[in-house]
Amino acid sequence: MELAVPIIVAIISAATPLLLAASGELVVERAGVLNLGIEGMMLMGAMAGFAVTLLTGSHIAGLAAAAAAGMAMALVFAFLTLTLSANQVASGLALTIFGIGLSALIGSAYVGQPVAALPKLDVAGLSDLPVIGPLLFRHDFLIYFSIAMVPVLWWYLNRTRAGLRLRAVGESAEAAHALGHPVIAIRYGACLFGGLMAGLGGAFLSLSYTPMWAESMTAGRGWIALALVVFAAWRPWRLLVGAYLFGGVGIFQLHAQGAWGLPSELFSMLPYVATILVLTVISAGAARSRTFGAPAALGRPFRPSG
Amino acid sequence: MPAETPRLSLDGITRRFGAVIANDSVSFAIAPGEIHALLGENGAGKSTLVKIIYGLLKPDAGTMRWDGKLVAPSDPRAARKLGIGMVFQHFSLFDAFTVAENIALGLDDAPDRRELSERIASVSTGYGLPLDPDRLVGSLSMGERQRVEIVRCLLQNPELLVMDEPTSVLTPQEAETLFATLRRLAGEGCSILYISHKLEEIRALCSRATVLRAGQVVGTCDPAAETAKSLAEMMIGSEFDAPRRQLVTTSEDIRLTVKGLNRPAGGAFGVALADIGFSVNAGEIFGIAGVAGNGQDELVEALAGEWRAPVADSIVVDGHPVGRLNAEARRGRGLFTLPEERNGHAAVPSMTLAFNTLLTARRRAGLLWNGIVRRGNVRRFAQEIVRAFDVRTFGVDVPATSLSGGNLQKFIVGREVLQNPSVFVVAQPTWGVDAGAAAAIHAALAGLARGGAAIVVVSQDLDELMSLTDRIAVISNGRLSRSLETARATVEEIGLLMGGAGGGARNAA
Amino acid sequence: MPLRIDRRPDSTAIRVAAPLLAVLLTVGTGFLLFMALGLNPADTLYQFLIAPLLTFYSLTELGVKAAPLALIACGLAVGFRANVWNIGAEGQLTIGAIAAGGVALAFWNEIGWWILPLMLLASILGGMAWASIPAFLKTRFGVNEILTSLMLTYIALLILQMLVFGPWKDPDGFNFPQTRLFSDAALLPVLQEGSRLHPGAIVAVLVALVAWFVMARTVIGFQIGIVGDAPRAARYAGFDARRTTWLAFLVGGGAAGLAGAFEVAGPIGQLVPTLTPGYGFTAIIVAFLGRLNPLGIVAAALLMALTYIGGENAQIVSGLPQAATGVFQGMLLFYLLAADGLLRLRIRRVPATNGKAVTP
Repeated sequence: MELAVPIIVAIISAATPLLLAASGELVVERAGVLNLGIEGMMLMGAMAGFAVTLLTGSHIAGLAAAAAAGMAMALVFAFLTLTLSANQVASGLALTIFGIGLSALIGSAYVGQPVAALPKLDVAGLSDLPVIGPLLFRHDFLIYFSIAMVPVLWWYLNRTRAGLRLRAVGESAEAAHALGHPVIAIRYGACLFGGLMAGLGGAFLSLSYTPMWAESMTAGRGWIALALVVFAAWRPWRLLVGAYLFGGVGIFQLHAQGAWGLPSELFSMLPYVATILVLTVISAGAARSRTFGAPAALGRPFRPSG
Repeated sequence: MPAETPRLSLDGITRRFGAVIANDSVSFAIAPGEIHALLGENGAGKSTLVKIIYGLLKPDAGTMRWDGKLVAPSDPRAARKLGIGMVFQHFSLFDAFTVAENIALGLDDAPDRRELSERIASVSTGYGLPLDPDRLVGSLSMGERQRVEIVRCLLQNPELLVMDEPTSVLTPQEAETLFATLRRLAGEGCSILYISHKLEEIRALCSRATVLRAGQVVGTCDPAAETAKSLAEMMIGSEFDAPRRQLVTTSEDIRLTVKGLNRPAGGAFGVALADIGFSVNAGEIFGIAGVAGNGQDELVEALAGEWRAPVADSIVVDGHPVGRLNAEARRGRGLFTLPEERNGHAAVPSMTLAFNTLLTARRRAGLLWNGIVRRGNVRRFAQEIVRAFDVRTFGVDVPATSLSGGNLQKFIVGREVLQNPSVFVVAQPTWGVDAGAAAAIHAALAGLARGGAAIVVVSQDLDELMSLTDRIAVISNGRLSRSLETARATVEEIGLLMGGAGGGARNAA
Repeated sequence: MPLRIDRRPDSTAIRVAAPLLAVLLTVGTGFLLFMALGLNPADTLYQFLIAPLLTFYSLTELGVKAAPLALIACGLAVGFRANVWNIGAEGQLTIGAIAAGGVALAFWNEIGWWILPLMLLASILGGMAWASIPAFLKTRFGVNEILTSLMLTYIALLILQMLVFGPWKDPDGFNFPQTRLFSDAALLPVLQEGSRLHPGAIVAVLVALVAWFVMARTVIGFQIGIVGDAPRAARYAGFDARRTTWLAFLVGGGAAGLAGAFEVAGPIGQLVPTLTPGYGFTAIIVAFLGRLNPLGIVAAALLMALTYIGGENAQIVSGLPQAATGVFQGMLLFYLLAADGLLRLRIRRVPATNGKAVTP
């Protein structure tokens, strides 16, 4: 049991950036918008969070900067796709390409610099308990935040009027518009929330997971987050399960590196192979059961008439 | 004019789209408790006017008064606040949500779930519109969906209820029930603006009618004092003769046989086709009536080859089984189809008129040479259609979307008819088309039949089928009824079949 | 007089004007960006955009870099037209390069005219094979091809690493992660002495011409466009969406694979862990910038090649970080998408007249 604790803690860490970014994208997609630019938003968040923390010494300022960077990127995307009705797929790709480049450009000054990791919770007594302490009471803010967001999102989507409106916009923008709901404004809001969460997901990488900045340090996690939303069938609780499963795969491949005399690259492929397999199983199952739950208007542009 | 202050009065409402004036200085008034008809053919500007009243569009000029006070609702919310309720022709409903959720979305101050469910139950039973708040809307019939829309309006105690073509999705019997509800509402003081182009029902229901033609008000009258013919003449602006096809003796050669055609439901809310069977002779026009959403789309797709049957023999054209062929191969056998939706299905709006001929006329009109598009032939064929069907367009190199609905419909009907099909299946041939174009399309179909083709017309417009077809059958919940000779069938009889008397009933609540 | 925003339909003028406007805006923003980075903006822009056009060598380099971009982008454009979002060209290129490299290494001791054609064939098949995975998953199970093709790119890059760090490592290479240098029989000839320009550039132009003809003049091009634009109309017309999806992936994968062979048999001459500066991704931008039209793509590929060479130039002369190239490329795509949208907006004053009504 004692041996399993560090592994579980590592899984929690690996799952958190995925969970954060995917939670944001889940809301975006529930509003009927497909933002493929998570990778770019995460990288900007990671870079901004790291740089501001380094410059100010304040983690709070760093996290705020990460959130702001993610939202700024999301705003560009929203302006293109919602205001100018540009193609969502192309705009998302542009966001990622741009984010990779810009984060690398601005971040080149910070490569190799050290920064203090986000502080961990330390509750006298509780945090020092064996097993339970490290598992439950010795994490940083973002980990608790990412988990807390799951029930909050569930409640928001299924129990509040605002959540109902958001889902309505994602189901049929035309019908929502005809009823007088501000489709474009709701979608802007969703996109900004997606940027905020992706930015924080990136900041977790550069301030907690590996407290440093490196070019393209997200290594495809933004894309895996997109796959997770499909895996979760657009439901927050399944997202939690999916993120921890993928976190587990990531940690497994790290620990198994070089085992059985196999090349380490084979293990590094695991998260990507797992993503493809999971997507296939989910999509094949969805085709059969017809209860996929994808928002009906996902990816479809909306133009108010008149 | 009534002496009291009108509930709603419009004065000089004008709205244009580009070069087109949809509403040109429209003025009229509705009194409290009045059922007022807004009458006009497709494209006359009714929908634009309704959207302005409901705050979805802003007028370029003109004013609107509510109980005598100047108002300008900026969005539907503001309109609802005034007391305006709206039931759209195309419902603003969400298939994946429950009835209660759908209703909550249309209320500006929705109560909590339990209270809302109770109020839905009490209002819906009170007005004879029973509804289960927890059902998914996607599983409801069209008539039930309309009830959701109406109940949603009623929960806000509207003082003006706007209904846009409400009976187009109802069986004649369901329409009667709706009229009873509307009369009762009017009796309670609620004004009703009733938009339609169906003359008989306006004469039966409305106390006053404003007639709109080409965006302008051409007159206000008491519909009960007019005849259907005089109303139609006001609406169309010329002498109107209800067309009735000259019956021709059809030959005994069967050109199309459909037998034991089954198709599983596609998607969560699709309709399954069950054991569809009918046959059509050379020279015959066969009508398929039914309320929207009872399997018409599925049937037309199956006949077209967009969905392929597992059994080749389930569709036979001139003795050749075609059930497993794709659409292009079926056209090779002479089976041509035209689906209901013009935009993105029967035509590609962003593509030029000329290139739209490539969708179906590649083979018969000689548009290809070894896979290479013969652009000269493509343009010539398109020009031929434009000439033969009097399509109003600036040439054949403009995108299809630049044509009006009626002209595009004439073009795509022409595209099929000029290829001289042996069997022609057409859905909603005159949907959203003005009277002139509709007459031209009907004439083309009749001409094709005279030439020996077998024709199937799928339509929700019973009047159209009664005047055009030789035989008629009704599709209800994916099943096709026995066929009736049109000349001997009554609307009553067909209405009963539409409600499901002939088989499974998707509309019976 | 109220203002109203309308949208005008797509037109040739917009299709041409939008990329030009995008380039202008990108240059303008680049100016500001260089200032913010503390560089002399005019000087850096000169290094970036003009200097590469002034020497013969860098002009040939333009061809060297534009060739793979144009080749890949032509293949991708076919897919994008059909609404098939294959964004894994980098992976397909990598597998194509591995296949070509495998042939080169297998016949390292042999001499024969057939080695090079065999390599090219192997690379096309390799790229197609890699692209057929997302094609199969999409047509069979409905799996989103964006995610699968991208995941397969990561996997392909790891396979390449595994090979050059492992079994295919040059035995006499001082343990560097790279294969042997290919034998002369496995190397492309040089078109112009003193440059690296190889026949791949000619092939890219030929491929673009053929692609243009197929897309603009044949029923296959028509079919691809309809399947992408209006899937229901495509079914009505009798076009098979699955076969079109397969076609799009095979063309995209084959072209990317071939580009991979040209890289390893041309400028690189062996397999190394990093084969390209992200040609497979940049080609996405090239495809859009060229308006998914193969002839436009050739022009866009030249422009994008310029940013690569200019980026290297500016790095050496002005100390501009290498990542600036990526920023420029991303920005270009942003501005293109924005310009497309903006040029279509038409803000007009609405006169309040009582003109004659016309029915639409």
